[in-house]
Amino acid sequence: MKFEHFFRSTVGIGLTAVLLLALPFIAALGGQAWVRILDFAILYVFLALGLNIVVGLAGLLDLGYIAFYAVGAYTWALLASPHFGLHWPIWAILPLGAGLACFAGVVLGSPTLKLRGDYLAIVTLGFGEIVRIFMNNLNAPVNITNGPQGITLIDPVSFGAFKFSGTTQIFGFALSGPQKYYFLLVALAILVIIINIRLQNSRIGRAWQAIREDEIAAKAIGINTRNLKLLAFAMGASFGGVAGGIFSAMQGFVSPESFSLIESIMILAMVVLGGMGHIPGVILGAVLLTVLPEVLRYGVGPVQMAIFGKMLVDPESLRMLIFGLALVLVMRFKPAGLWPSPERKRELTEAKP
Amino acid sequence: MSEVLLEAKAVAKHFGGVKALRDVSLSIRRGEIYGLIGPNGAGKTTFFNCMTGLYVPDGGGFVFDGQPLVADAPHQAAERGIARTFQNIRLFGNMTALENVMVGRHVRTKAGVFGAMLLNSATRAEEAAIRQRAIDLLHYVRIEERADDLAKNLSYGDQRRLEIARALATEPKLLCLDEPAAGMNATETEELRDLIDGIRRDGTTILLIEHDVKLVMGLCDRVAVLDYGALVIEDVPAVVQKDQRVIEAYLGA
Amino acid sequence: MDIFLQQIINGLVQGSIYALVALGYTMVYGIMGLINFAHGEVVMIGTLVTITVAGTLIKAGMPVALAGLAGIMAAVLVCMALGWALERVAYRPLRNAPRLTPLITAIGMSIVLQNVAMIVWGRNYLTFPSLLPKVNFEWAGAHFTAIQLIIVLVSAATMGGLLLLVYRTKLGMAMRATAQNPAVASLMGVNINRVIAAAFVIGSALGAVAGVMVGTYYEIAHYQMGFMLGLKAFTAAVLGGIGNLAGAMLGGILLGIIEALGAGYIGDLTGGFLGSHYQDIFAFVVLIVVLMFKPSGLFGEKTGDRA
Repeated sequence: MKFEHFFRSTVGIGLTAVLLLALPFIAALGGQAWVRILDFAILYVFLALGLNIVVGLAGLLDLGYIAFYAVGAYTWALLASPHFGLHWPIWAILPLGAGLACFAGVVLGSPTLKLRGDYLAIVTLGFGEIVRIFMNNLNAPVNITNGPQGITLIDPVSFGAFKFSGTTQIFGFALSGPQKYYFLLVALAILVIIINIRLQNSRIGRAWQAIREDEIAAKAIGINTRNLKLLAFAMGASFGGVAGGIFSAMQGFVSPESFSLIESIMILAMVVLGGMGHIPGVILGAVLLTVLPEVLRYGVGPVQMAIFGKMLVDPESLRMLIFGLALVLVMRFKPAGLWPSPERKRELTEAKP
Repeated sequence: MSEVLLEAKAVAKHFGGVKALRDVSLSIRRGEIYGLIGPNGAGKTTFFNCMTGLYVPDGGGFVFDGQPLVADAPHQAAERGIARTFQNIRLFGNMTALENVMVGRHVRTKAGVFGAMLLNSATRAEEAAIRQRAIDLLHYVRIEERADDLAKNLSYGDQRRLEIARALATEPKLLCLDEPAAGMNATETEELRDLIDGIRRDGTTILLIEHDVKLVMGLCDRVAVLDYGALVIEDVPAVVQKDQRVIEAYLGA
Repeated sequence: MDIFLQQIINGLVQGSIYALVALGYTMVYGIMGLINFAHGEVVMIGTLVTITVAGTLIKAGMPVALAGLAGIMAAVLVCMALGWALERVAYRPLRNAPRLTPLITAIGMSIVLQNVAMIVWGRNYLTFPSLLPKVNFEWAGAHFTAIQLIIVLVSAATMGGLLLLVYRTKLGMAMRATAQNPAVASLMGVNINRVIAAAFVIGSALGAVAGVMVGTYYEIAHYQMGFMLGLKAFTAAVLGGIGNLAGAMLGGILLGIIEALGAGYIGDLTGGFLGSHYQDIFAFVVLIVVLMFKPSGLFGEKTGDRA
């Protein structure tokens, strides 16, 4: 509650806006690589909040979320790259990517949403793998996805003549490509935050919450649980599709490697680690899980050198090791996530014997 | 408009070899309080669950308000105007009392995802109406001062009341109460009695499953008795009370 | 026809391995409703420990059979200790936590174990020492090796042993009681902590045996091998009806056979459009289709909602 009060106050909004505006320039001091990391952090905020609708609001355990991201990414990659020689505009591809991802969500969700939660988890997980395997292998006999090599030279986001790649001069400022994408992503993230908040406090959001609490009672008061679950699933998928499209354009390159199961798990971890169903928590989770591995990537090697004078352990695996341990420890000491909603926190402290 | 609101026609249900319901036929008239009693395991709750679509009957069916009820569609039963409470209270524990009743309005309102996202004037108006109606209902069952408490933190009696308020929020033609007095003391039962009577006077037909025979006999216009899944008798309380078979069923003779 | 028989045999072998791993998932799930995502990693550790122990002993001049046996023993012991530690350290503190919390912990443990394995054993493929003589048999036009035969037999024996344990011992009864209703079981004097620990330890021992089999069969091992294997085995457990021991066994074998047949015939079925590298999708396609029609798995009990 305090958080929301703060952000609704003029001072809060002003400070946040200034910080958001300044961030890409501060990050640029450490090199454009850090701006790119920032971009990814915001992209993951977007993705995690999309998944939050499915997991946090409707309580459906979706382990194949990345598949919808992949659908969006490949839609953009195939329709805006030299691979097929197509260069469709953003207003055509982005909705199409979202629509296809949504369609995939409905196709997968309609037979499986009546399953118990854990079964749904494994089915969605399986679906994610199926999508990835197809992307990996649909290069023969007809080359659709270009297989493991992936698709390169993908068009950047552009509105008319304004391209998001390369450096542009605006009001005397030199804006790099990653910095421009940063502002686009922040705008999208704000949009999805507003959607999350509005959904949560709506008739639909309440129905989702009711389903999460007690499905039988929800049915008994006339909630069509199947359709509402499907709705959550499809909405989450659409957000995944949009994020995928932007990812594709921003990277200029996609390959099946980017859509492995660990990515799905990562996004779920962001939602749960941050505080499921609680928007500020999810944002925190997304930023933390994007930035932490990067900090470790740059930090682990030098720290080892400083302490031991040589590389004892492969930095990459040490980085992931620390990440895994962090997941375990946070869940151990903050089972409702780092920043849970007030209700969930209460729920837990009371559950303790 | 027919006088009969709900008609059960030879409803049968078995679980494996156990016949929980044996061709139960009964009819509930508009505006009455109809009691359904019987010893433990007589099939009362099973009957309830068949009627509200949680179970699919193995035989027979229901006609509600002139139209057959579709089996296996609980959310449609609510839409048609059947609301229920549960024997072992099923509230949305981590939602507030007010939110619990607001969810109950779901079936009578229509704002969708786009309405919620755009937050247009129609959606805002509907949302305000939902809230107002929910507050009114909390007043009606007299737990308005608990509106912002989480449902699971309410006292037992208040939880029962909240469940009734949530059911009423769906604007039912038939309100089904599954042992609402279970676990209540004499004062609470007396208050519950007044509440149920009031709901009927305000025009809602009531089906009451109850263990408390005294409450049922004092409150109901007509009573049906189930024993071993079969209907023993369906009549006014005065007749039922004197029926030899009912006495036997209860005394286990 | 011989392709068909051949693929059935291959599938049976692969399926026996899935079944053993699936048992580990299903036991833990049946008793505490947790998907122990890290179980695949336990299997992987089992394989790698065998490589180190058996490999070292063979190099030191110990007879292959003896070294192999020592390797297996070491793997079983290490995995049992690992399973016990996992439960004790990672999962037990989370018994009352929200449903998704232990799942994230399991994922975290899976990442930890993978990277520990990578630090210890490196990121390259390791060769599994050949512990069994390479003997080929031929039957009705299909070929199979002594290794395949032994995998199926050992797997069957292990599963038989598990069934005896669960249905004929006091511990087994306690496990079944806990799976039915932990609260009541503990009132009846069952030590829930011990039962859950036992499920992890036994499941991990089975996983170690499976790990040795995988190593012997494919002759290579890798720190990432546990993940897909675990995933498939979990699929098998769900296919059979999770929480059901016999279901996990049958589910595993069924999955192995379906995969083998699928890989053998997919080219013909799709006119060459899809090749055998699509093998991995069968598991999931079959799973989705089965769950559509039998939402509790093939042999799962119907868990009706109670009002």
